[in-house]
Amino acid sequence: MKNKNNIPPRWADRFLEWYCKPQLLEDLQGDLYEHFERHLSSKGARKARWLYALNTLRFFKPYTVKKLNFLNQLTQFIMFKNYFKTSIRSIARNKLFSAINIFGLAVSMSVCLIMITMFVEVKNYDRFHHEAEKIFRINNTHSYLESDPSLFASTSILVGKRMKEEVPGLKAITIMSRGFNGDGLIGDKRIPISGFWADEDFFNVLSFELYRGDPATALKAPYSIVLTEETANKFFGEADPMGKTITVAEHEYQVTGLVKNPPFNSHMDFQSLVSFSTFEIENEDNRGFLSWQNMWSNYVYFRLDDQTDIADIENRLNAIAADENSESKQVNIQLAAQPITKIMLGPSNTSNQLGPSIGREVIWVFAGLAFVVILSAGFNYTNLSIARSLRRAKEVGVRKVVGAQRKQVFTQFIVEACLISLASLIMAYFIFFLIRPMFLNLNPEIQSTLRLEHEPIVLVYFIAFALLVGFFAGFLPSLFLSKLKAIQVLKSASGPKAFSKINLRKALIVIQFTLSLMFIISASISHRQFKYALNFNLGFDTENVLNIDLQNNDPQLTKAMFEQIPEVTDIAKSSHILSIGSRWANQVKSDDGLDSASVYYSSIDHRYIPLMKHRLLAGSNFPEKNSVEVEESMIVNEQFIKHFKLGSPEEAIGESLKFGRERLTIVGVVENFHYATLDSEIECFAFRHKPQEARMLSLKISSNDLLSTRKKIEEAWAGFDEVHDFKGYFYKDGLERAYEQFSVTYTLVGFLAFLTICIASLGLLGMGVYTAETRLKEISIRKVLGATEGSLITLLSRGFMLLLLLATAIAVPATYYLFDELILADQANRANIGLLELSLGVIIIFGIGFLTIGSQTWKAARSNPALTLRNE
Amino acid sequence: MKGTNLGEFQELVLLTIGVLYPEAYGVSIKDEIRKKTGRKVTLSTVHGALNRLEKKGLVSSEFGEATSIRGGKRKRYFTITSSGVKALEETREQREELWNAIPQQALQVKLTT
Repeated sequence: MKNKNNIPPRWADRFLEWYCKPQLLEDLQGDLYEHFERHLSSKGARKARWLYALNTLRFFKPYTVKKLNFLNQLTQFIMFKNYFKTSIRSIARNKLFSAINIFGLAVSMSVCLIMITMFVEVKNYDRFHHEAEKIFRINNTHSYLESDPSLFASTSILVGKRMKEEVPGLKAITIMSRGFNGDGLIGDKRIPISGFWADEDFFNVLSFELYRGDPATALKAPYSIVLTEETANKFFGEADPMGKTITVAEHEYQVTGLVKNPPFNSHMDFQSLVSFSTFEIENEDNRGFLSWQNMWSNYVYFRLDDQTDIADIENRLNAIAADENSESKQVNIQLAAQPITKIMLGPSNTSNQLGPSIGREVIWVFAGLAFVVILSAGFNYTNLSIARSLRRAKEVGVRKVVGAQRKQVFTQFIVEACLISLASLIMAYFIFFLIRPMFLNLNPEIQSTLRLEHEPIVLVYFIAFALLVGFFAGFLPSLFLSKLKAIQVLKSASGPKAFSKINLRKALIVIQFTLSLMFIISASISHRQFKYALNFNLGFDTENVLNIDLQNNDPQLTKAMFEQIPEVTDIAKSSHILSIGSRWANQVKSDDGLDSASVYYSSIDHRYIPLMKHRLLAGSNFPEKNSVEVEESMIVNEQFIKHFKLGSPEEAIGESLKFGRERLTIVGVVENFHYATLDSEIECFAFRHKPQEARMLSLKISSNDLLSTRKKIEEAWAGFDEVHDFKGYFYKDGLERAYEQFSVTYTLVGFLAFLTICIASLGLLGMGVYTAETRLKEISIRKVLGATEGSLITLLSRGFMLLLLLATAIAVPATYYLFDELILADQANRANIGLLELSLGVIIIFGIGFLTIGSQTWKAARSNPALTLRNE
Repeated sequence: MKGTNLGEFQELVLLTIGVLYPEAYGVSIKDEIRKKTGRKVTLSTVHGALNRLEKKGLVSSEFGEATSIRGGKRKRYFTITSSGVKALEETREQREELWNAIPQQALQVKLTT
């Protein structure tokens, strides 16, 4: 029997199995086999196989063939027209319910549309590269001693060099570095320019379109520069830039290529690319240049060969890391390859990104919120449909009597739900365009990464999404309605008990309101935290201080220029602005070398401490100097002397410690203050006296009209520095930006809270209307018997109010816990969650609930019993 | 009407099932008919007739033991039900009545010509 010819033809067998009724199949097939075997011995394999096939065809007769399934489906299909018609009629008959459903779904869907567009857009980031799935970036995980490892998008140049030499299976590797910037000079035109250093393999790995110049050599020779279209236009206008030179920091750079502007959906954006060989020449004396630990501003991208598996490369990378890490006991650096297409969706705590990125956590949180909103609207549909099912029950009964199967009734109601959701989609699409600009303006980072423009394919996703929503919203009501028994429904005028489904409906209402409450409370808590952070006493004075970025201008000259303005009462210089996010740190060691700590610092001049009104506990301010050649003094905070056990502030004066390479003596001690954002504790901090290294000026302004003074200052700057735009901001605004996360959270959550409340209230209104309608007779009888309007209102609304109470009992502790234990837990300084924040939402919800339910019950209670009871 | 009248081929199959009892199944019925009548019947014709007979309730069927031949498929054995027996007897009686009603001359004529 091994021979293929000794068994019946497979296709014939399959054909038989396909068409034959299962209860006949076994015997039939058995008889055919028996016949086949007989033929096999008498007539040979060929003939036998042929006869077998012929017989299977002969058996294809009405009595053997399965009942045609597709015929059944055809009925379904024909019935669609009918479903469609009845759905439209039912939608039109119940205008209020349909409006509530469509509006609620539309509003929540619009949020989801934004979500879908955003997701698609983020997914498409960096897909424009040729074979983008083969491109990877090296990420570093850096850990110092026992501290938690942190993730960096940057790596060391060494890794790139070693990969080029020893890792096989790669098409190309490119090393990049950020930090090329300065003022470009052409003749007497001066324009600021920035860009990346990149080696000659850049265009082999990444597919930025070089439309002039040779991709293989454009970034080879030292002092070559490739300009983007936009930059070339800025420098040369209409003239051909190829071969021309631009002078930056006294070096002449020759333009060797022109590249199209990086597309919007590229994670990196640049104005120009300068050959990496230039960077190497400029760092000839830098001994740490090729160090394993010099990993803060360099980037390595590579492209895989067709046959290579990324796992092999990762093994190689691990081997390199193990080799290099053996040299240092304190620092451990791990390497990882991240696909270029996943950069936008990578972990959000990756530092040193080349551009803004949306972390996957953000996407998930937003998706979760959008899901909650759509859930709420879906509940509305489910709830109202089940409540109204009494009215549709007769229809179902008649359909079943006429011969509808359960499946068909189910389909009918699903079709109805899908129609409603498709109608909502159309409305949602318009709302989408309304709220898109609002969403994009939430935060400049969102604005620079997202556009939310969609390709046609996204419309397909939208429709698929709407159908999905329709299916899930309509699932429970359809299931319930299709389960009804024709006899039961048609016999009794008042529905059977099953109609109520009261517990399910109650549960849905409670969930809806719990979610709404949680949203409101979250919004008000984050609002409070934001206000708290802004008004926090930082330990120094930020009132009327305007911070100005010097942008490489001479501090002393700029200061002199601003001193001309009468409203500017004082000017201080510093290396960076404190409290708004950026921190500089260095290692400090005590004399015996036993005690060391990383100390945050800022370099300032002698005016800084009086201007910011820091309180000196002991010692004195820095002496008046505009330039300090030999740095020898520092002013530290209380925490510093506590950490190094220097005793009281007075005792600490005169102590000296090793600060990096310098030896500095403490000349003053200031009170602790918040040099970082409020989410971190106060640690050791020191002011250093290096006025010549200042990059920021802080102007104290005394004026009744701050805006016009600011304008004056801007004009003065424009006259002084024609090349750079004025970059200045009031300290308060800087702080506001630093705590933007809270403001974004509360606007977003506040908006969603508003939506869910609207939707939930609409649902409640629908339920109120329904209750009032169905119990109208009961109310009238009660009224005739002497019930007062007040007692009737209480009677009708009590049930709903109890539900709201239950929702409150769940939501308040849950939100409190969520914020107290999870969201705000890592904030070192935080506002207390007060009773006001918690009760505000509750009051709002109860107010709205009472209004919606109350208005309906009031209407019912006031109706004239004579009118409702007249005809029976 | 349809329930009681037996077609000619159906009658043949029904009788064969009786002859083969208790070993009547698709292939054996077909072989037996061929042997006794010399008719070239196909398997599908036999199965069609069996199916109709079963629908009329004249035969019943049950599966036998699985065997290694026939691709491991079980045989479906047919037996005549009581109404099947009744139907056969009725047909036979009808025939007999008709036979008896034929005048002798008629048969004579037929035989001589």
